[in-house]
Amino acid sequence: MDTIITSKILLTSALPMLTALMVMFSGKKPNVREAWSIIGALLTFLSVLNLLPHILAGGAYDYTLASLYPGVNIKFHLDGLGIMFAGTASFLWILAGFYCIGYMRGLNEHAQTRFYVCYAVSVGAAMGAAFAGNLFTLYLFYEIVSIFTYPLVAHHQDAEGYAGARKYIVYLMFTSKAFLLPAMVIIYLQCGTLDFCYTGILNGIFPAGANKMLIVVSYLLCLFGFAKAGIMPFHNWLPSAMVAPTPVSALLHAVVVVKVGVFSTCRVMLSVFGVQLLHKLNLGIFTAYFVSFTIITASIIALSKSNLKARLAYSTISQLSYIILGVAMLTPSGITGGLIHIANHAFSKITLFFCAGAIFVASGKKDIKELGGFGYRMPITMIAFGIASLSMIGVPPSCGFVTKWFLALGAMELKSIGLLVVLLASSLLNAGYFVPIFLKAFFGKVAPADAGLSGSLENKPLIMFMVIPLLITSIISIVLGIYPDLFLNIIKVMVGA
Amino acid sequence: MHMEKYLILNTLSYPVLSVIMLVPLVGALISLLLKDEARLKVFGLLVTLLTFVLSLPLYTCFDLHTAKYQFAELRPWFSLLKLNYVVGVDGISVLLVLLTTFIMPFCILCSWRYISKRLGEFIFVVLIMETAMIGVFISLNTVLFYIFWEAMLIPMFLLIAVWGGARKDYASIKFFLYTLCGSIFLLVAIVALYIKTGTFFIPALMDQEYSFAYQMWIFVACALAFAIKIPMYPLHTWLPAAHVEAPTAGSVILASILLKMGGYGFLRFCLPMAPAATLYCMPYLIALSLISIIFGGYLALGQTDIKKLIAYSSVGHMGFVTLGIFLLNDQGLKGAVLQMINHGITTGGLFIMVGMIYERTHSREISDNSALGMMIPIYVTFLGIFCLSSLAFPGTNSFVGEFLVLMGAFKKSTLVGFLAIPGAILAAAYMLRLLQRMVWHDSDGHAHHHDAAGEGHGHVLSDLNFREISMVVVLTFFVFWIGLYPAPLLKIMDSSVAHLIAQISAGGTVVPVEPHGVHHSLLELGGWFRQIATF
Repeated sequence: MDTIITSKILLTSALPMLTALMVMFSGKKPNVREAWSIIGALLTFLSVLNLLPHILAGGAYDYTLASLYPGVNIKFHLDGLGIMFAGTASFLWILAGFYCIGYMRGLNEHAQTRFYVCYAVSVGAAMGAAFAGNLFTLYLFYEIVSIFTYPLVAHHQDAEGYAGARKYIVYLMFTSKAFLLPAMVIIYLQCGTLDFCYTGILNGIFPAGANKMLIVVSYLLCLFGFAKAGIMPFHNWLPSAMVAPTPVSALLHAVVVVKVGVFSTCRVMLSVFGVQLLHKLNLGIFTAYFVSFTIITASIIALSKSNLKARLAYSTISQLSYIILGVAMLTPSGITGGLIHIANHAFSKITLFFCAGAIFVASGKKDIKELGGFGYRMPITMIAFGIASLSMIGVPPSCGFVTKWFLALGAMELKSIGLLVVLLASSLLNAGYFVPIFLKAFFGKVAPADAGLSGSLENKPLIMFMVIPLLITSIISIVLGIYPDLFLNIIKVMVGA
Repeated sequence: MHMEKYLILNTLSYPVLSVIMLVPLVGALISLLLKDEARLKVFGLLVTLLTFVLSLPLYTCFDLHTAKYQFAELRPWFSLLKLNYVVGVDGISVLLVLLTTFIMPFCILCSWRYISKRLGEFIFVVLIMETAMIGVFISLNTVLFYIFWEAMLIPMFLLIAVWGGARKDYASIKFFLYTLCGSIFLLVAIVALYIKTGTFFIPALMDQEYSFAYQMWIFVACALAFAIKIPMYPLHTWLPAAHVEAPTAGSVILASILLKMGGYGFLRFCLPMAPAATLYCMPYLIALSLISIIFGGYLALGQTDIKKLIAYSSVGHMGFVTLGIFLLNDQGLKGAVLQMINHGITTGGLFIMVGMIYERTHSREISDNSALGMMIPIYVTFLGIFCLSSLAFPGTNSFVGEFLVLMGAFKKSTLVGFLAIPGAILAAAYMLRLLQRMVWHDSDGHAHHHDAAGEGHGHVLSDLNFREISMVVVLTFFVFWIGLYPAPLLKIMDSSVAHLIAQISAGGTVVPVEPHGVHHSLLELGGWFRQIATF
């Protein structure tokens, strides 16, 4: 299919920005403000859906907005990988929009207008990154995400919030300036352009005679530069970012922000360097083992955390590396498994964070030790939590199983016992830190402070705003496990079957 | 003398360069007759705006396909010395002239409330300053150049010494002495060139071939003057003092235009007149530029005074400019010129922002101006934009300039490129630190909780008024315009930069024989540096 050149694709990233403006102007009227937020999310999702048929048919969209220098443009190019990320993020934004109402009002948070504005801009920038047609555009939106999520992380404006937010911005800005900037320059000087390769994932943009040493250097710079992907040793910003209100942790630090990082890394691996080049220089297998370290180590750290959000944060770090691991295998199954995990992890992890936030608003509990008996007081929440946990572990029929299946296939295609062991070990570790939470909630001892308390915590209207979204996302986690075809088809278009 | 072959004489209906140079001068003289303060301000604004409007044909009628000096005027002046009045602009100086005429109205506007004493004299001095600055950029004659160069000194000295802050005497004398020292070397070089060639005409001086030793002397003398002006480590110490004490308008002129004189001087004198010496000294100047970038950024990181912070950031930014210049390749030179324009807009904007907050809180300490986010959101929004521009955020003007310079650096040698990267990191660090403290609150935890009423400062802070918003909106427009569509500016400088590179490669073939007066060990050091730089 052909590539359509149309400015229509600007709409998807413009809509959240417009939403932010509307939210800003209706700041005095909370109901109108939040209505705008949800309408904006809906329209954004619809605009992505509108683009889907052409992409599924194997086509692409393209539009150049501005030109800075020959080969350095603000250029948008939408293909399968981009639309999968954009669709997932914009869909979850709708649910998060409802969830925010429950959470922010339930806790009577301050500066809610600022919160909604930054929330919308961050999503819009993520859409821009998903639609980016070259490395510069990707970098541009990547940086906008960093700047506009800062106020969200620092939302509480207390010492803890500032400390977390500072760590957050220092990590993200340092890595992007120190690694991405030189990487872009080196890639430009080697290739004469920053545009992605639009003809499949096999060939990158590097010309045949490019300096091998510089290719390896720029690859490593990219790998570390996109620190939002949470690859160790530049992962530490993510646990610090958990000081943010939970809707931020949920949508942004499980879906939008971290996925921008992972998406960018995958995009650069597939559309800048290309499978053949990475294979030739053995960079794929190096990356696979490198991120394996993160997968295992983060899981082990997660075991040691008793704060629910902290445990989820380390789980996120571990799961993000699955995506990179899959792509780094450079085999069709591996890449499929990696890319589909962008969506699968999004639905499951947002459910888990939604649950954590709902529990906090309903009861003020943050620690896993205090969750005894919550299976009966918040049954929907805890069951959704259980389902999402199964998905994280990779138990059928949840969507996490689809990921594990393809990753395992990929490892076998590579005949790599080492990577299989990593997958198995991490699954066990996942079970190790998720199952106890579930067991505690249903069979654990009720915390002394809660003794004698009973009755559902889920029946208040504001709590319902939170419980219904998390129920929906947990159901989708199952649906995607039983019927993974939609995303698989998109990826098939991308990977070229 | 065939001066015409270097020039394209002015074909506009008025002698545009002389007019824009003289309008502020005439305005300055008329301003002496005015007494009423309100009228004086309006008059000053009108004169600077008129100058700007009159300078616009320089942009619209500029011929992109030639490296000759355009809009030129040639009149006999002092026949005994074969001295002519000759002015003209090429693709590099035209941008700096436009920057000057563009920035000057802001200097009047940002002084609207700031300057309360001796307003008449203030307008007079600012207008004289404009004449001198335009004169420097349009002169094609070393004598004329030097006259204007020196003519800038006194008005700037007065701006600091009369309308300056607490330590204005110290700062103004320091500024005066530093710049004067540099100028003396420049004068020596000009006289030496005249004795050697018998002409003052700059393009003709570029066309001569000098021996290597002679080039070295010319290069060192000129480079000293320009390195002080730009300023380059270790000759930068006058700058923070001058910036901190100068009134807002003084800081804006200083940052936006005066510093560019140094860069312009390198491009106009050192590179084309002493190409072999330039090539020889390149490693040292690249090294000094890298030191400036990192040192300036490092010092900026530790400042508690907002103005000082921006002053040190200027040292770093101008380090990028000199780095770009001495990379001597297309991207580097273009990046350097573009970065000069960008720095003029962005840092000018930042100083205007500092002036605005000083008018409100009467303090330039970061800790006295913290947690403004909730109180004056419009101010903070624009502050954020200028800060992001200053740290070369993608999509803003500085990114394009910095990216071009880095491109040139990596093209030259990967090592030089990587050595410049810490500068970019430091820029992000000190600007975000400033922004974090001013918008949110200072990190030492004593959050003075002021609600919307601004109790923390003991008085209510008002957000920007119409005059202030209109100033920053215009600057913001240019921040994004150059950031997203720099092609028009790059096209203008294209031919001239290509011509400059051709001049260097043609003249750079002069063999660097053992130069007299340059110590032997220095030569060895040079070889060592060169080895590093070509890694």
